[in-house]
Amino acid sequence: MALLQISEPGQSTAPHQHKLAVGIDLGTTNSLVASVRSGLSSVLIDDDGHALLPSVVRYMPDGSIDVGYNAQTAQSLDPINTIVSAKRFMGRGLKDIDVSQQPYKFVDSNEMLQIETRAGIKSPVEISAEILKTLKARAEKSLGGELVGAVITVPAYFDDAQRQATKDAARLAGLNVLRLLNEPTAAAVAYGLDTGVEGTYVIYDLGGGTFDISILKLSKGVFEVLATNGDSALGGDDFDRRIFCWILEQSKCKPVNAQDTRLLLTKAREAKEWLTDHATAQITSVLSTGEVINMTLATKQFNEFTQTLVAKTLSPTKKALRDAELTIEDIKGVVMVGGATRMPQIRLAVADFFKRTPLTNLDPDKVVALGAAIQANTLVGNKSDADLLLLDVIPLSLGLETMGGLVEKIIPRNSTLPIARAQEFTTFKDGQTAMSIHVLQGERELVTNCRSLARFELRGIPPMVAGAARIRVTFTVDADGLLSVSARETTTNIEANIVVKPSYGLSEEQILSMLKSSFSEAENDKNARLLAEAKVDAESLLAAIQAALEQDGGLLSSKEKQQIKAKMDALRANIGGNPRPHLADAIREATEALNTATEEFAAKRMDASVNRALAGKELNTLDI
Amino acid sequence: MAITLTQTAANRVEKFLANRGKGIGLRLGVKTTGCSGMAYTLEFVDDMHPEDMAFESRGVKVIVDPKSLAYIDGTELDFTKEGLNEGFKFNNPNVKDECGCGESFTV
Repeated sequence: MALLQISEPGQSTAPHQHKLAVGIDLGTTNSLVASVRSGLSSVLIDDDGHALLPSVVRYMPDGSIDVGYNAQTAQSLDPINTIVSAKRFMGRGLKDIDVSQQPYKFVDSNEMLQIETRAGIKSPVEISAEILKTLKARAEKSLGGELVGAVITVPAYFDDAQRQATKDAARLAGLNVLRLLNEPTAAAVAYGLDTGVEGTYVIYDLGGGTFDISILKLSKGVFEVLATNGDSALGGDDFDRRIFCWILEQSKCKPVNAQDTRLLLTKAREAKEWLTDHATAQITSVLSTGEVINMTLATKQFNEFTQTLVAKTLSPTKKALRDAELTIEDIKGVVMVGGATRMPQIRLAVADFFKRTPLTNLDPDKVVALGAAIQANTLVGNKSDADLLLLDVIPLSLGLETMGGLVEKIIPRNSTLPIARAQEFTTFKDGQTAMSIHVLQGERELVTNCRSLARFELRGIPPMVAGAARIRVTFTVDADGLLSVSARETTTNIEANIVVKPSYGLSEEQILSMLKSSFSEAENDKNARLLAEAKVDAESLLAAIQAALEQDGGLLSSKEKQQIKAKMDALRANIGGNPRPHLADAIREATEALNTATEEFAAKRMDASVNRALAGKELNTLDI
Repeated sequence: MAITLTQTAANRVEKFLANRGKGIGLRLGVKTTGCSGMAYTLEFVDDMHPEDMAFESRGVKVIVDPKSLAYIDGTELDFTKEGLNEGFKFNNPNVKDECGCGESFTV
């Protein structure tokens, strides 16, 4: 029986045509999926009741892929094949990251960073696609149908290459991307700020390992990103580490081994969470050396030794305000995002800084996904037209290279989509017949400081004196954020154009081949089902025979019993066997063998039960 | 003639209405579509039509148009969880046959 949700007046859908849409927060540390049901946005949980999915992907020895908690646990056992924080590598080349800090074997091909795992060379796009696939499966199970589309959130500072990589990952996961939404914007939507008063808002996002501050301006239903800042190496984990150091200091422990470090870090995190609504936290633990840790951490102490961390979040905040040329008087509201903002000292510091109480009533871990789900629900048309639709803006300015390695901006950042802008250029030299057009993205003035998106040439310009040719370059960005650039020499009408695929993204062929290989997963899925079915059948047969042996074992000679037991053991061994090709067939064969071996036993039992039924009865009383 | 809600369903409807911030009740109805004839609809109500029938069940105002009522009279609306999925379920005494999925039915 299909379960129904309440629709908006007049928006009921025909059976089997529910427009199921989700919002996905594809995070560095954790990811979530949310959906609007009966008008209420809620995060979808997995079978174990977890809302968060750790953004960890492990390529297993048997060829399968583990995503989430299991993969996270295996992180220290199998660091090379367990990829954490793949988001940091999205749309990035080797030169963009600090390789020495990472345990992975990196490969640089086509400028796009890849990681060598036991399952082959994987791009961050493929790794992220595994996370998205897991969330997609969870959503389809929870909502009882196929998804029409998803809104996926990205950091406000993501450039085109990183955004394109995120879209590619979604495509690989079989998700239709309705829109990419900036994370701070999603948080603002979750709080309903998009339907509220126009003004400027600050989104303070302190996650597990990253800190982002964004200043958004809402006007006419559009959120403009006025400024972003942050610290990519600051988060809740640093607070755990401070407690960990404090424990070591207080207990005068020698440096501890990796296992104890993990143990104490877990204890530190628990203490941190406990202190959110308690005055003191008890930390007790027994180390592998036999040493006993038993100490009390008071809020006051915790606040003291984490004061510098709290202060570290405020300096990017000040910078962002300065970049946006604003003072705290201009801010209408502050939204708290990220699990670490539960800490009272953070809330106090932020309230103190902005001289106003920040918005905290929504779960800070979920607020981004909740907002994305609301946007997705609107985009697939489950809401009445009266509701405003958020528009997308260009996150970073688009421009082209001019003489001297400078960037001329054509479309400024925060322009709403779709948009087209043109500008005229001319030749630099006498008799110049071609012009190279280099498309760039970024806010900086020099080409070397901006990201190169594409290059193409306009040829066949008639020879003229320098400055006489008039070349009109048009930048067009469609509603999906796809950029195309055309150049036309206006006196002769010769033209050249290009559709820009960011150079760090994947080529169409690469995506197609990845998609193809994902179809081969369909075969694996089918095999997995066959295997599960074979196991269930085998187990029920084993249980039946076990019961029969207990009841009528006396009918068999010990040799017959042994034969049956041997077949049962063989079948059990197959069921418990490591996953391998044709395991399902092996189980089926062993089941069949056990069936054959017990045929005679079954016949004997039948006879015995007939005899029992007939015993002591006259032939004529039987109802034959 | 009545439509009723289970307590679980009534609690949910109240929660969803409160979250929505407007609306006077819940509309139950049928549409002639689907793989076996008719399908249920479930909507929030902002405005009543003159011909609408209204019921009150466990504090929730239930609104049905008279045409639909013929097919769903006596229905009890429940809210259930099936695995990870959750939602509303029509327990309709008039139903003779449902399509496999239960989203549409014949009377």
